[in-house]
Amino acid sequence: MATQQSRTLARYMMAPAVILLLGWMLVPLTMTLFFSFKKYLPLRGDSLENGLEWVGFQNFVRFISSSAFWPSVSTTMIMVGGVLIITVVLGVFLAILLDQPLWGQGPLRILVIAPFFVMPTVTALVWKNMFLDPVNGLFAHLWKFFGLSPVEWLVDYSLGSIIMIVSWQWLPFATLILITAIQSLDSEQLEAAEMDGASAFHRFIHIVLPHLSRAITIVILIQTIFLLSIFAEIFVTTGGAFGTKTLTYLIFQRVIDSQNIGLGSAGGVYAIILANIVAIFLMRIVGKNLDR
Amino acid sequence: MARSVSTRRKALNTLIAWTIGLLIFFPILWTILTSFKTEAQAINDPPIFFFFDWTLENYAVVQERSDYMRFLWNSVIIAGGSTLLGILIAVPAAWSMAFVPSKRTKDILMWMLSTKMLPAVGVLYPIYLLFISLGLLDTRIGLMVVLMLINLPIIVWMLYTYFKEIPTEILEAARMDGATLKEEILYILTPMAIPGIASTILLNIILAWNEAFWTLNLTAAQAAPLTAFIASYSSPEGLFYAKLSAASTMAIAPILILGWFSQKQLVRGLTFGAVK
Repeated sequence: MATQQSRTLARYMMAPAVILLLGWMLVPLTMTLFFSFKKYLPLRGDSLENGLEWVGFQNFVRFISSSAFWPSVSTTMIMVGGVLIITVVLGVFLAILLDQPLWGQGPLRILVIAPFFVMPTVTALVWKNMFLDPVNGLFAHLWKFFGLSPVEWLVDYSLGSIIMIVSWQWLPFATLILITAIQSLDSEQLEAAEMDGASAFHRFIHIVLPHLSRAITIVILIQTIFLLSIFAEIFVTTGGAFGTKTLTYLIFQRVIDSQNIGLGSAGGVYAIILANIVAIFLMRIVGKNLDR
Repeated sequence: MARSVSTRRKALNTLIAWTIGLLIFFPILWTILTSFKTEAQAINDPPIFFFFDWTLENYAVVQERSDYMRFLWNSVIIAGGSTLLGILIAVPAAWSMAFVPSKRTKDILMWMLSTKMLPAVGVLYPIYLLFISLGLLDTRIGLMVVLMLINLPIIVWMLYTYFKEIPTEILEAARMDGATLKEEILYILTPMAIPGIASTILLNIILAWNEAFWTLNLTAAQAAPLTAFIASYSSPEGLFYAKLSAASTMAIAPILILGWFSQKQLVRGLTFGAVK
């Protein structure tokens, strides 16, 4: 149905979006790549005007060999992995539960989804002060009520606390997507299996879980993309202290706190590569879907 | 999956589900409740749930001390402006991709998606430098542009999936009847596209409102939206729970309400149409 004229028109209509995104991608990326090969310490008088010293791969080597690098990688992996496990397992459970016949399904769903709409800085601060605070936090009250001494959550169990906070935030997302997926499950198939004597456990393993596998994959990939760049939750709670420095946060500190742009940019290049590896898998799935 | 079950089973389901649901919602409920307490009651041990002297004083104090309205206004302008800007740029693009697809349409869509996955921290300093040299640091317009750009892929994708669902047969029929391109767009496409555009706007306002990397890093006193305002409570004001709660409640209330309307769109928007 497309004529030559409408093709040309279509191209013009697409142009602003494509050009803007191309600029948004290429300009900062080129700059990051450029800085990553330079010695660039603005506080010591390095500036773009005076020209920057080319240092080859020195920044890349230094970023990896710094004592903070490997801990930040493992922190990132534990945090992303922990949140993924919690949100997916609880998400599947909640999705199945909310799909059961029960009273007040609509309002209940609203309650469960609500945490996703709370802005990250509010989430972090409310948890930090009103729940995890060792003196006045609700958990401290609860611990004292049972005769236990209050825990300094964000000091002694800092990474676990952040995993919990972030999981609370992302559980609604996983649940929502899994509910949507579970609703397309053929109930006749389940009933047939039930009549044939399959137990609830077997129905779950052989029918429900395979049906959800695609949605679970999507939840994992999309959350990974977002979780890799978690920032505000750490910034507000621990500021990267007590073993909560993720790769993202380490780069942020290199660039903003210690003003070592070259080193931070090299870290940025690593982060971009890491995100792209995850992205490739996600894009395959989304791309496949586009053909249908 | 509606199956007939016994009332007892249904009651049990309801009990378990509501218990868990209330547990998940509890931090929000607790924040809202605390915002109506006095500071002393807010940290009282044992905690007081409902039977306290309800007061609106915290809201008044938060507004007075920190000029809450300015941050709110910044949030409204930045979230609204970036969404509007994004829609203006994305509608023509999504329209042409949905109705005049070419061999490269799929590649362009996938590429747009890939820009969304660029980790923000990787380009923090370049953007910071560009903002300084363009005089955009701590301005609403600068933030508006950045948030528009980070959400543009989602806007294009969402609109694309909605536009794709408009049956092209209708367009062909209209053309047979001699409708001009203008009439086609004005009387046929627009009415069918409006629900999709509205959903897209809704989701993007939510995403822009809650964005907390660029808003924290590119603003100071002038253009700071609510995300940055709340972050400034981290200490020592954060120890005043009632005021923190009042500020938080005001910051999340508009989006909680909008969010509840947008559950379905959220799934479609954030999974790039892979789950509908």
